[in-house]
Parts: sequence; structure tokens; C-alpha cells
Amino acid sequence: MRSNPTPSSSRQDWTLVIGPRSGWFELHLADLWRYRDLLWMFVRRDFVAVYKQTILGPIWFFIQPLLTTLTFTIIFSGVAKMSTDGLPPMLFYLAGTTPWNYFATCLTKTSTTFKDNANLFGKVYFPRLITPLSIVVSTLIQFAIQFFTLVIALGWYLLQGADIHPNLSGILIGTPLLILMLGGLGLGCGVIISSLTTKYRDLAFLVTFGVQLAMYATPVVYPLAVAPTEHRFWLELNPIAGIIEAFRSLYLGAGTFSWGLLGYSAGFTTMTLLLGILIFNRVEKTFMDTV
Amino acid sequence: MSQSVIQVDKLSKLYRLGEVSTGTISHDLNRWWHRVRGRDDPYAMVGQVNDRSRKGESDYAWALQDINFKVAQGEALGIIGRNGAGKSTLLKILSRVTAPTSGSIKVKGRIASLLEVGTGFHPELTGRENIFLNGAILGMRRHEIRQKLDEIVDFSGCAAYLDTPVKRYSSGMTVRLAFAVAAFLDAEILVIDEVLAVGDGEFQKKCLGKMTDVADSGRTLLFVSHNMGLISSLCKRVILLEEGRLSLDAPASEGVMSYYTHGRSTPYKADFSNRQRPLSGHGATLLAGAVEDLSGVAVAEIDIRSGFQVRMRYRLETDTRTGPFPNFHVTDSAGNYVFVTAPLNTRLLTGSGVYDAVCHIPGYLLNDGTYFIGLALTFMEKGVKVAFFEKDALCVNIIDPIHATLDSDRNGYSGHVPGPIRPRLDWCVSQLS
Ligand SMILES: Nc1ncnc2c1ncn2[C@@H]1O[C@H](COP(=O)(O)OP(=O)(O)OP(=O)(O)O)[C@@H](O)[C@H]1O
Ligand SMILES: [Mg+2]
Repeated sequence: MRSNPTPSSSRQDWTLVIGPRSGWFELHLADLWRYRDLLWMFVRRDFVAVYKQTILGPIWFFIQPLLTTLTFTIIFSGVAKMSTDGLPPMLFYLAGTTPWNYFATCLTKTSTTFKDNANLFGKVYFPRLITPLSIVVSTLIQFAIQFFTLVIALGWYLLQGADIHPNLSGILIGTPLLILMLGGLGLGCGVIISSLTTKYRDLAFLVTFGVQLAMYATPVVYPLAVAPTEHRFWLELNPIAGIIEAFRSLYLGAGTFSWGLLGYSAGFTTMTLLLGILIFNRVEKTFMDTV
Repeated sequence: MSQSVIQVDKLSKLYRLGEVSTGTISHDLNRWWHRVRGRDDPYAMVGQVNDRSRKGESDYAWALQDINFKVAQGEALGIIGRNGAGKSTLLKILSRVTAPTSGSIKVKGRIASLLEVGTGFHPELTGRENIFLNGAILGMRRHEIRQKLDEIVDFSGCAAYLDTPVKRYSSGMTVRLAFAVAAFLDAEILVIDEVLAVGDGEFQKKCLGKMTDVADSGRTLLFVSHNMGLISSLCKRVILLEEGRLSLDAPASEGVMSYYTHGRSTPYKADFSNRQRPLSGHGATLLAGAVEDLSGVAVAEIDIRSGFQVRMRYRLETDTRTGPFPNFHVTDSAGNYVFVTAPLNTRLLTGSGVYDAVCHIPGYLLNDGTYFIGLALTFMEKGVKVAFFEKDALCVNIIDPIHATLDSDRNGYSGHVPGPIRPRLDWCVSQLS
């Protein structure tokens, strides 16, 4: 406790100055670091919530990607005969949906930050950004389970002697970077949406729908290479395209790995994240007045 | 004078009223569709139209306006005011739940706050996990919280439920835990808004004791309550908010009195002679009234140990057949009657003229607290005829300077002694075997 401040300490050494909306660029990011324990508490809370609620919770993480993959295999590969870059369809789809799901979950979950936490936000102060950040971290659990599924499938195919060439050294360096980009992009978009939907909560249903649509605009169920060259530019504008292609080329050794695309994704992610934090900080200060 | 830990400068908060979005686009579309067809707004809230804030044809209302005050380290400040005066808004801004429209608050030290009844608890987590969560919300590190855990659990009395999810707690238990967390975690400033009402009597007492400790240990306390008894026993100073403005910053007893008397300046001394509608009837008029100490000086505050007098001045315009008798009606702050008193020998005072009626009230009759005195004059001829009756005309604060009386009169007990009166009675306690 900082009791008994020395008389010499001037009257000006306030630890906190509360004022009207601060400037656009006072982001108080240092506060986030001070509250890192809270971040872990929230991550733990999300974790506990999943496990305490149902035994099916964690299993669902397994089943869901498997079912999706199966569906994709039947429809896109079996019926529509879409290319999978010469890879086993199962593996191809798993390698696409694993990173995509991480991004999509981060986005949809963070996009309801204000709505989900109105109660807590109304009672106590802490840097609000901690909540969406904790979601991005706790979604890693889901990612890990799906990733594990992918690794097992990959191992199985490798044992069968399938013609797959994972780039091992690339995986070690690339995976964390790609995850960081996926999480950052999901967080950025989610946070922007959550700020914009404080007025109309029910617009949030559009988000789920939009994310589903966006998957088809992303090379998840098809390789980027199948796109006709004149349309390819538009697909490459999608910042996730580069990330997913890179992920697949690291793990399955097929696909378009392009530093240019990745650089573009990284730049886009940074900008989105920055913009998201700016808007979020703006909204958080007066959000409580409108609930 | 110790240094300020909170300094509030020109703080204002504007709330938007009126056409606030319904929160869902379908509702807003529906509302728009109704308006297009010339129908009423299907979501207009009952009572919203004749709201007093709408008179000024503005959709905005100031919940706080130009508030200035300072709080010194170790001070216990009470914040009082009627419903909607802006107390909670002030605490919310202080706790950074919402931002002010203009002005600023400068703070030295960490703030732990307990705003209204709900708390920052997560229902799925256990009590223990929530203690850590709340500590982390305060910006404390895990090991700091662990040191306090036992004290918190002990104080809240929820030890048996520590590993039960908070959603299974009763609302009283939740408040207990929340208070314990806020009071024991290392924040230099404790902010409490009207929450203890949910706890039972025993716990309220415990909280009161804890809050006194908090203030004594050099931490600063800001406390909102409608319970003037709590306020006066806990706080030396109060600020009174009225419709968003700070109308009084004064010692507790003065503030409490002002709260009861709607800010009339000297409620212990009133002049009724130049009222627009004089208080008169049956040829008698109320002129003035006052609460005085034994030397005849009007005072607001009376030590419980000493007596005081109530004076009423009235005029009889004409001679009367039977002399009227003055009577005083003493009620407590909740409006309950304590007693009515009247003199017995006024039948012969029948001539016209100005009269002074003085009633002496001994020490150790009224308990400590705020009391109202109604002034009345009554004729008894062919039934009861009330010349005038000014309810709650005067107000007096009986105070019990605890430290002075602690040993002699209270057997060392320092809590509140309940009841409207506190007479000193003869006792006989003898040892039988
Ligand atoms: N979110 C809001 N939007 C619009 N007006 C609000 C909002 N919150 C509070 N107000 C208004 O601000 C004023 C002050 O409210 P506040 O809750 O601070 O009162 P209070 O003094 O705490 O009252 P009480 O004694 O009932 O708790 C009220 O007129 C209230 O209607
Ligand atoms: Mg309130």
C-alpha cells in the first residue's frame, strides 16, 4: 500500500486523471500489460466454462471439424469434383478449415464483446480490450484440438506413404506467425464489428452469416491456384487467402506460398488491428450509457 | 490537513434521453413503419412523455453539473441526495465505468468500487475464483490476492461455499463476498454505492465496523446511502447532490439535516411572520419557532447529554374565551411519532397579544438522530379547533459524541443504540448467590 506519501511529493502526482473522451491515440496499451493477470483469469474462465458445462464441449471441437471435412469431401471433392491440389481431400480440407476456424471463431466471438459483457462492464473498470484479447487466447484451445486432429491425419497419411512433403523447418517458424496473423485479423475485425454493433445488437446475426459466406471467398475448400488468372487478383485481395495458402503449403507442401501475399496479409492485419483498437477505445468510454 | 487523494473539477455528465435506439434494428424499423403510417411509437416507454427533463424540449439531461470537491486522504465522505440526484453517476465516473462529458477527476491511488447491487462476479466461477478475478480486475497480482484470501473468506462468512459457483449464492451472500473483496483488497480508495441494504443486520454492522477501520487506517471512503443513520455514524463530512448539482458540502449532521429539510437554510430556526399565506386560523397566527440550547441560542445540533428548548412565538389577534394551548409534535426522521407535548396551564391566557411558548426537553430523552418538530396551537371549545399546525416546522440533530461518553454511559459499546428515545433509567442489579 502506498500510504503515507512523503510530504515532499507534490500535489500534482496523481496516479489517474479521469476526463472526457481521451484523444484518438491515447490507447493505454501499457494498462493491458499491467492487467495481464486478468487476461489469464478470463482465459481460464472461458476454459472452465466450456469444460464445466458439458462433457461434449471439448469433444465437439473434435467432431465438428471432422464432420465439416467429411461434408466437404463428399460435396466438393466427391460430387463437384473440385481440385484439392492433388492431395487427399480429407487432409486438404482439414488443413484449410483448421486455420479458417480459428480466424472465424475469433471474429464471431469478439464481435459480441460489448453485448456479452454489458453486465461486467457496468460494474467495474479494467481495460476493456482484455476481454476480446482473452477470447483470442482461449480460442487457441479449440485451435489446438483441431490442429491435433490435422497432425494425426497427416501422420497417418505419411505412414501410408502418401506423396506429401511438409516443410518441417518452415512449420516451426511459420506456424506461430500464421496463428498470430489469424488471431490478430480475427480480433481486429471482431472488435470493429463489436463497436459498430453497439447500436443495433441484432445485426450480429449478419456476422455469422457473413463469416460463412466469406469462407467461400477464401481458398479453404479449393486451392488458390484453381482460380482463373483474371479473377485471381480479387481472391488475393482477401487477406486471409495468403495465410491459409501459406499454412497449407507448410504442412502439406502444396499450394501457393507467396511472401508478397503474406506481407500483404501482415500489413492488412496490422492496419485492421490498429483501426479496431482505435474504434473500440472510442466506444468503450460511453457504451455503458446506452445499455 | 492531509493531502487530497481525489480532486473533482467542474465535472459534468450529460445523458441522452428521448429517441434512444431500441437496440435492435427490427424494433427501429418497426417504429419507423408505425410512424410512416401515423401510428404511435410502439416502444415508447410509459411515463417518458411527462418526464420533467423533457420540458425543456431537449433530449438531453444533465445528470451532473459543475461538481467540484476534494477528498483528503483517510476521509470518509458521505454522498447523499434524493433518487436521481446523480450519486450513482458520480461514483460510476469515479470508477471509470462511464466517462464524464466535461471536467475531470484526479485520483491518487487505486479505487475499489462496489456499485449498486450487481457485482463484477462471474456466475459460473466459484467464490474463490471470483475473488481472484476481482483482485485481478483491481490490477492486483495473484500472490497479492493470495495473501488476503483468508481474511476475505473469513469476513464474508462464505467459507462453506467457497468452491461453489457464485450463481448458487443468495443475493445477500453475493454482497457479502463482494464487500469483503472490495474492502480487503489493497485499494487506497473504497467507493460504495447503496449495496449493503441487501445484507442482514449482523452483516451490515460488520460492514460498518470494517468501513470505520478502513477510514481509520488512512484509506479513503466514499459512501452513498439513503440511510442517514449510517451516513452520520460513518462520515464526518457529506456532500449533498440535488438534481445533479452539488448543493452542500458540509459536516455530516448539517448535511443530513439539509437532506431532510430539502435544503432550507436554518431548519432549526424559522420565521413564519412574512409568509405569503400566514399560518393562522381562529384568530391566531404562527410567527416563529426555534430550537435553542439552554442559554437561548438557536442551534442545529444538540449533545444527547444536555437538554434543549423549543420556542414558538404566536399572536392572538383578538381576545378569546378559552386560552388556546400550544403543542409540539416530535417525529423521527422516518416520520414516526415520538411524542406530543403541551402545557397544562394556558386556559387563562385569553387576551390578544404576542406569546412565547417554550418547552424544555431534557437531555437523555431523545436518542441520537434527526428529529422534526411540528408546531401547533389548539383551542378546546365545542370540540377541538386547530388554529395552525405546521408539520416538521423545525429540525434538530441529536448527536452522541461517542468518544466522550464511551466509558461512562455506554459500557464501552460503540455501535448504534436503536430506538427513538434513550432515557436514563434507574436500575438495580444485585448479586443473589
Ligand atoms: N444511462 C442513462 N441514460 C440516461 N439517463 C440516465 C442514465 N443513467 C442515469 N440517468 C439519469 O441520470 C440521473 C441521475 O441518476 P443516478 O443513477 O446517478 O441517480 P442516484 O442519485 O444514484 O439515484 P438513486 O438514489 O435512485 O440511486 C437520473 O435522472 C437518471 O435518470
Ligand atoms: Mg443510485
